[in-house]
Amino acid sequence: MLTDLSIDQQAVLTLAALVLFTTFAMLAQRSLLTLIQVFAWQGTLLALTTALVAQSSGQHHLYFSALLTLSLKAFFIPWLLRRLVVRLDIVRDVEPVMHTTVVMFIAAALVVFSYYIVLPVEALAVQLTRNTIAVGLSVVLLGMLIMISRRKAVTQVIGFMTMENGLFFTAVAATYGMPMIVELGIAFDVLVAAVLFGVFFFHIRSSIESLDVDRLNRLSEEERR
Amino acid sequence: MKIASWALLQTVLFVLAAPLLRGGVRWLKCLLQNRRPPPLWQPYRDLVRQFRKQPVVADQASWLFRLAPYTIFAATATAAALVPLLTIGASGAVLGDIIVLVGLLALARVFTALAAMDVGTSFGGMGASREITVSALSEPAMLMAIFTLTMTAASTNLASAIDFIMSQGLILRPSFTFALLGLMLVAVAEAGRIPVDNPATHLELTMLHEAMVLEHSARYLALLEWAAQIRFMIFAVLIVDLFLPWGIARDLDAASLATAAGLLALKLAALAALLVTAETVLAKLRLFRVPEYLTLAFLLSLLGLLSHVILEVT
Repeated sequence: MLTDLSIDQQAVLTLAALVLFTTFAMLAQRSLLTLIQVFAWQGTLLALTTALVAQSSGQHHLYFSALLTLSLKAFFIPWLLRRLVVRLDIVRDVEPVMHTTVVMFIAAALVVFSYYIVLPVEALAVQLTRNTIAVGLSVVLLGMLIMISRRKAVTQVIGFMTMENGLFFTAVAATYGMPMIVELGIAFDVLVAAVLFGVFFFHIRSSIESLDVDRLNRLSEEERR
Repeated sequence: MKIASWALLQTVLFVLAAPLLRGGVRWLKCLLQNRRPPPLWQPYRDLVRQFRKQPVVADQASWLFRLAPYTIFAATATAAALVPLLTIGASGAVLGDIIVLVGLLALARVFTALAAMDVGTSFGGMGASREITVSALSEPAMLMAIFTLTMTAASTNLASAIDFIMSQGLILRPSFTFALLGLMLVAVAEAGRIPVDNPATHLELTMLHEAMVLEHSARYLALLEWAAQIRFMIFAVLIVDLFLPWGIARDLDAASLATAAGLLALKLAALAALLVTAETVLAKLRLFRVPEYLTLAFLLSLLGLLSHVILEVT
């Protein structure tokens, strides 16, 4: 029961719910710049969760990883993406494949699905905050949904990063984080991915004059017209 | 018997205080926009003025048109009786639970729409159609938010739900956060405020609620406006009661009632300040974007329900 948990653990659960909410907000968002803004907020929430878990569990290496998360996911990557978006001049085009409402209901169904999947795992877990595994898994699935439901390459990258956020959240909330070396590795992977994606955007655009990934399916010059 | 008279007193107080809340919101909004505010009791003056006037009714109007304002006012006032204002010890909660409250508000809405269509002007029909569209989308969201609370408290009776929440002390509940946000969005839509509707305009393209009451005059109009003010207050008190119940009186002695009144005024003022700030920074949504707004409200309430199941049970 919720009443048995300490106030820290209740706060972790609330943060879990908020992380889920930011993911939904990203799914619903039309403007790219706001999308990046929400992504930055998600990074902040993630860092906050990590710091809170570090404080309540006494695992001090988590403070470091909270700091890393804050600087990378709340500031650096959003800044990088924003700069890209402004330089590529695509501030206002987000093209959803499906109607937003439909996507939302698919998303809600995914949350229920991941809860159902996670039930047996939860029964085995020992942490009191094990309920957050379901939230972590749904953030991963919703990140995938962001990738599926949008056409532009930038939003797909954000979807990818959201999936990573979901994994990180699960690791922190359910098992008090991964070993330090793994965390460092992942953090730099994400960083390198963000930079590489930036380079790729320019390449994609210079070769097909658009960031619409649907057009990557077509092969010849003739078909494109 | 004593409790019944207390409940009646509380309802009368609720109905009488409703214009004051509207006046307070208007006053704050004027201050925020650097205009000179009208006095707080301006809504009362308006009501008195309208009651004194001689009503003008269209020739084609049927008995429904004349009856509707009374029905609407009665239904809304009964709904107000179900909401504990100062004390949970003597509310009209014996009459019915929160689902009855939603039903009474829906009844009032049906009569508003019928009366609007009765005269046969195009504005009335347009307003009615818009209002019903909005309410069809906002009602599920509201019920969903309320179900989240009632699942936690294991009761749909408002008084016992509030009692349960108070007795648990301060607990951070993710589901309540979502239900609160969802209910706030619904309240804005239902009360006809920006960004869904602009209460201060008579521009036909943007009207929702105002379009329906265009044909009413004098005491009919006064009753309708008063009912709208009560409905606004019902939502405000509901939000305050359910999510910040601390301070509400459990017993019927003077000291705790006075504390409850003072705290309630503070909480409502804070809520009004929040609403006014939001109204000042936001623009009215295009009508076709309103369903998206309400989908967001529904989604928040749904997330509340989901996070209750996922995070709080077990």
